[in-house]
Amino acid sequence: MIRPSLILEKRPSPSRFWATTTPVLAVIATMIAGGIMFWALGKDPIESIRTIFWDPLFHETFGPYSRPQLLVKAAPLILIAIGLSLGFRAGVWNIGAEGQYIMGAICGAAVGLAFYPTENILIFPAMILAGAFGGWAWAMIPGLLKTRFGTNEILVSLMLVYVAEAALASVSQGLLQNPDGMGFPGSRNFRDFPAAYNTELITGTGMHWGVVFAFIAVIFAYVLLTRHMLGFHVRLTGQAPRAARFAGVNPTRLVLFCLGISGALAGMAGMFEVSGPAGQVTIDFNSGYGFTAIIVAFLGRLHPIGILLAGLLMALTYIGGELAQLMLGLPAAAIQMFQGMLMFFLLAMDMLTNYRIRFTLKNA
Amino acid sequence: MDLSQINPILLIASLMVAATPILLAAIGEAVVEKAGVLNLGVEGMMITGAVVGFAITVNTDAPALGFVGAAIAGAALSMLFGILTQYLLSNQVATGLGLTLFGLGLSSLIGKPYEGMKVTTLAKMEIPLLSDIPVLGPILFKHDPMIYVSLMIIAGTWYVLKHTRAGLILRGVGENHDAAHALGYKVIRVRLMAIAFGGACAGMGGAYISLVRVPQWVDGMTAGAGWIALAIVVFASWRPWRVLLGAYLFGGITVLQLNLQAAGVPVPVEVLAMSPYVITIVVLVIISLKGNHGAPGALGKIFHATH
Amino acid sequence: MEETRTQDALLTLEGLTKAYPGVVANDNVSFSILPGEVHALLGENGAGKSTLVKMIYGLVKPDQGTMTLKDAPFQPANPAAARAAGVAMVFQHFSLFDALSVAENISLGMDHPPKPRELTARIRQVSEAYGLPLDPDRIVGELSAGERQRVEIIRCLLQDPKLLIMDEPTSVLTPQEVDILFETLRKLTQEGTAILYISHKLEEIRALCEHATILRLGKVVDTCDPREKSAKELAEMMVGTTLHVPERDASEPGDVVLAMDHVTLYTPSPFGTDLRDVSLEVRAGEVLGVGGVAGNGQDELLAALSGEARLTSGSVLLNGVPIAKLGPNERRALAVLSAPEERLGHSAAPDMSLTENALLTAAVRQRLTKRGFLRWGKTEDYAKRVIKEFDVRTPGPANAARSLSGGNLQKFVIGREVLQKPEVLVVNQPTWGVDASAAADIRQSLLDLAAGGTAVIVISQDLDEILEISDRFTALNEGRLAEPVPTRGLTVEKIGLMIGGMHAPALEDAE
Repeated sequence: MIRPSLILEKRPSPSRFWATTTPVLAVIATMIAGGIMFWALGKDPIESIRTIFWDPLFHETFGPYSRPQLLVKAAPLILIAIGLSLGFRAGVWNIGAEGQYIMGAICGAAVGLAFYPTENILIFPAMILAGAFGGWAWAMIPGLLKTRFGTNEILVSLMLVYVAEAALASVSQGLLQNPDGMGFPGSRNFRDFPAAYNTELITGTGMHWGVVFAFIAVIFAYVLLTRHMLGFHVRLTGQAPRAARFAGVNPTRLVLFCLGISGALAGMAGMFEVSGPAGQVTIDFNSGYGFTAIIVAFLGRLHPIGILLAGLLMALTYIGGELAQLMLGLPAAAIQMFQGMLMFFLLAMDMLTNYRIRFTLKNA
Repeated sequence: MDLSQINPILLIASLMVAATPILLAAIGEAVVEKAGVLNLGVEGMMITGAVVGFAITVNTDAPALGFVGAAIAGAALSMLFGILTQYLLSNQVATGLGLTLFGLGLSSLIGKPYEGMKVTTLAKMEIPLLSDIPVLGPILFKHDPMIYVSLMIIAGTWYVLKHTRAGLILRGVGENHDAAHALGYKVIRVRLMAIAFGGACAGMGGAYISLVRVPQWVDGMTAGAGWIALAIVVFASWRPWRVLLGAYLFGGITVLQLNLQAAGVPVPVEVLAMSPYVITIVVLVIISLKGNHGAPGALGKIFHATH
Repeated sequence: MEETRTQDALLTLEGLTKAYPGVVANDNVSFSILPGEVHALLGENGAGKSTLVKMIYGLVKPDQGTMTLKDAPFQPANPAAARAAGVAMVFQHFSLFDALSVAENISLGMDHPPKPRELTARIRQVSEAYGLPLDPDRIVGELSAGERQRVEIIRCLLQDPKLLIMDEPTSVLTPQEVDILFETLRKLTQEGTAILYISHKLEEIRALCEHATILRLGKVVDTCDPREKSAKELAEMMVGTTLHVPERDASEPGDVVLAMDHVTLYTPSPFGTDLRDVSLEVRAGEVLGVGGVAGNGQDELLAALSGEARLTSGSVLLNGVPIAKLGPNERRALAVLSAPEERLGHSAAPDMSLTENALLTAAVRQRLTKRGFLRWGKTEDYAKRVIKEFDVRTPGPANAARSLSGGNLQKFVIGREVLQKPEVLVVNQPTWGVDASAAADIRQSLLDLAAGGTAVIVISQDLDEILEISDRFTALNEGRLAEPVPTRGLTVEKIGLMIGGMHAPALEDAE
């Protein structure tokens, strides 16, 4: 008896066409599946999708308010995802960016607040450095444990998220608490402290220093990965660790580099957020950017330009999601699921890049 | 501060309650990893189990049904991971992470209407005569049925893995999938069954939190228990009885920490709250110092049968 | 003659055909195997031997053709069905479970295994009956290559096979272990078991087999009685053209270029072999051959020379200057180059292009970077040069390494090092899994390099290869190196002793 069957066949080289097409297909598939989910929640699917993807940019009333938000929300996602993507490419799984983001915010804010109310042009650069240092140091914990003892970095970096959250709770009610805040938890607001405030650089665009650094990070990563030996070593380590060693890569240094840079970028993102859009250190100022950035990194196929686009898209779902919450009463969790779906569809379609599907008739 | 408030017998009894969610999730994951698959979605499956179990119990008043529903929900979610990683050959780390993020969103969506509700919890089973034994009675024989179920799952897993043909095949698949395939074993089928078992266990573990330990639905209430379960699998070197040991040790630390908080020990609450996670890291380091012995040979590798 | 063979045959294949995209692996293959016969299946890599036996063992379904086993149609749907019909197979690799015990491994290979205790007893019994000592309770990962093979053989024997398929069984054995294996096989054939023996080692086939079927490019090109043919005749039947034997100029070796002095290396890997007190010297223009069975420290010796591994003690000297503390790239700068055994994942990155793979080792000497920035144009030119000068068959340097055949990729890897003008070149298994013509090219390029004054170390399991190209011969056994001797005038017995080490268990077994 002859019956039809599907066979996966490994391609001789990954397909460029599918590598660029699958993210787009994944977005379309997510819109369809998401539409069905919204419909199941009793909302008009077309209107929901339009509210999320179209209205934040082009709606007459909301557009002018939402458009700047796009850069504000995309900047931390891109900054973190760029760092993570370098590690993911090298097979270093830092999934505790959320913790590094928090520690960067705490350190950056602490340096700024220590100088309150001095007005000096050097305060903000010092805060950036402190933020990067905080994230870097937090990422060095899994880094050193992995390179010294072989401890799994996935679990350690993740455990440290919970530790960082506890630390955040502690400082916002202690060390960094606003002395004039009448006992409410949370630090002074950076809006009242111009030298330390991450201000909007061009009015009405949402452009702040974090956005600038995100763009710099994209360019830096692009040059590193395509034009520099270190980037080549990062890619080589992920694809063939033994060959990397043969090529003279020091695995310890590479792991520390990848974790360090992703930690520093996440820490910077936290610092830009706390000193600008968030405005102050509070118990729950962190909003999961460190985790969403993992989706952004994969959605962008671990490629700097891809991450830039993916970050903007993910920011759009955040803003659109808020709008949909406001206008249609769509629950916030639906947006989170929507993002999770996007990741699944992307992973499912990833296969097309490396494998060819063949339809055959075979004897059974 | 009054340390005399801490009653060692109650401590041990409540330790078992604190440990059971992690125990269930960890034994499930141990089986999954023994089959050569790394599913980092435990947290997502647990929280989904927690909310589904809670919702079913609120609506039916039958916690047993809640646990069954949670197991089914966990297994269903794990099949998403299974299809992606086994048929579509996606990266297991990325897919597992995706599953966790997805599960957190899904549970939050389902759980919205149930926030703040009360639920029928599992009744304690007092085993006649035995539960009256001083000291041992309250420690061993005055628990809810799920604690005994979890212990039976540990014993059953140990027996199946160690002494049955099915267990041997599962270990073989996890050790070297190419060899298992060459001998004619259905690698993907074995792995999917293991993944489903892992999902069901994680689901029940989650339900234990929302139905017994807390018992309430709070968004994000698993708070990293799934990740700790993953750490315990490593700690246990993939051996069922050591999973039990690891989970109970961890449960002990958690309960002690809560008791110390209640007793007003002069240590900041945040330090006590972060202690379980810090201790997990310390344990992971100690384990890795000894070398990760017993890790299945094919763990996390993609299986693609050529020809 | 085939007519009469078909009549009493145990297994008859008729017109078996199997095609994969772009390649016909087996094309209308027909032959028969008699009971109690050792039947050789002879052919180069890629001739279709593996696909053919996979069809017999039920792992692959033929597109066309029929099989008949003991006068009944034979269409195994899976290996279990093949085993039930009395067909057993010993694989070349990929079929043992390192973390499981010998008994557990054997149990997994059986469809209806007896109770554990009974199985243990039967393993002991069979292993004694056939002269294959093996402890059922040991963990397979701790066994030597020869012992691992015994596990597979015993696994097959416990099922009383009518036909035993053996795929390259001797590639991991010492000459003495080969003798033990042949004894076992002869005992089996006396009991009426037929053996289908796949190999490209011609002397072995002449010693063991009564009938040979020769495959080339998926087709049966000839059959013969190998006992009546010379090795050269068999090789020519297999390759189809007259073989090119590497030529060499006799020249006096120069000064000592590279020396290892009492090198000890403890490997961190649980499945590695420590190097113990290894000393060697290699002179300019000389080829030093290092023989030995796989897993006796070959990888570690290469790592110690390439700079990938840090020595526990001892020193490595280049022209008298210590280099043991230098990493791979610092050694490359000093013209000490190497090519490890594993092509996919060690000497080359499978998913990267040939251009990127050229960058992998040639960055330093070919100046492919400038202040850390990559010069892609220059790198691509270098890759193209390697492709051209070493006749690497590929559409171009942008193709991924894994898209190349084993022989072509190996030519690329060797060429990448040779064109960098090494002063010392260390290669490990340079022609493993490489077709005969590519192997001849590679050997010739190593000889040419030596003729130009390079000191060459060839680590290889292929004794024919070493004898053919090396000036001096030494062998690794359990991480120790034998005293090197001139290759000229060496006998197989002497080599066997060097490879086996004087205290190896294999020798005791042989006595």
